[in-house]
Amino acid sequence: MTNTISNDLVLLTIPMRRDMELAAAQLASVIAESMSFNEQQVEEIQLATIESCINAFEHSKSPDQKVLTEFIMRTDELEIKITDQGIGFSPDNHSKKSNSKPDLHPEMRKRGWGLEIVHALMDKVQIMSNKNGTTISMVKCKDGTEEKDE
Amino acid sequence: MANKFDIQIRAEKQCAILETAGYLNDALGERLSKEAQELIEKGYTQLVINLDKTALINSIGISILIEIIEVLEQHDGTLNFCGLSATQERTFRMMAIAKYAGIFPDEKTAIANF
Repeated sequence: MTNTISNDLVLLTIPMRRDMELAAAQLASVIAESMSFNEQQVEEIQLATIESCINAFEHSKSPDQKVLTEFIMRTDELEIKITDQGIGFSPDNHSKKSNSKPDLHPEMRKRGWGLEIVHALMDKVQIMSNKNGTTISMVKCKDGTEEKDE
Repeated sequence: MANKFDIQIRAEKQCAILETAGYLNDALGERLSKEAQELIEKGYTQLVINLDKTALINSIGISILIEIIEVLEQHDGTLNFCGLSATQERTFRMMAIAKYAGIFPDEKTAIANF
């Protein structure tokens, strides 16, 4: 695990191993608190970080089995980039099919929520994906306290 | 970084309370599901899951909570949640969990609303 601080950028590379998303979430929490995000915003940033990391762990099939997390601290916002070197995917065709038991209520499906949660909790989300990997860029603004429609 | 988790179970006359502590991921979720199944088999069909000591829940953990709701429905049972943070409650509502399970601020209210 590397942890480099340079100016307003913090980098952390995590292996795709059980619970390593918590390492990224904990760092996200420390950074967000240092930037004076409120408690709810910190929790939203943590959860979005967890879901983005899990998305990479579960779907990237990255040969190096690593995820790079970048935290870019700006005056009024925090940008987090989660990058893997996997096979990529089409965000528009992101599967909501479940590998678990069939859903009793389709609106309360069991899997495929990760990226929707990220979109709901962060102010800006951009997904760049090709056959060489995926980067999820998400931004939380300090004044972005308005709840978005879900 | 170890994820220490725990589940405390308290059975009352007509309902049972499962209080989780730690990160609710697949591991804690599976354990919670097993404990819930055992309670259902013993005849407890009104369950409360208290998440007050669970600061973080991932979507896999939530999917297991949905499975518990579905199992309870098949036994004409009900699941009420309490102790959720604002973000957790928002996520549960987004995932339509609030339509099929109760969400209450504390254990007392959750028990009173079966």
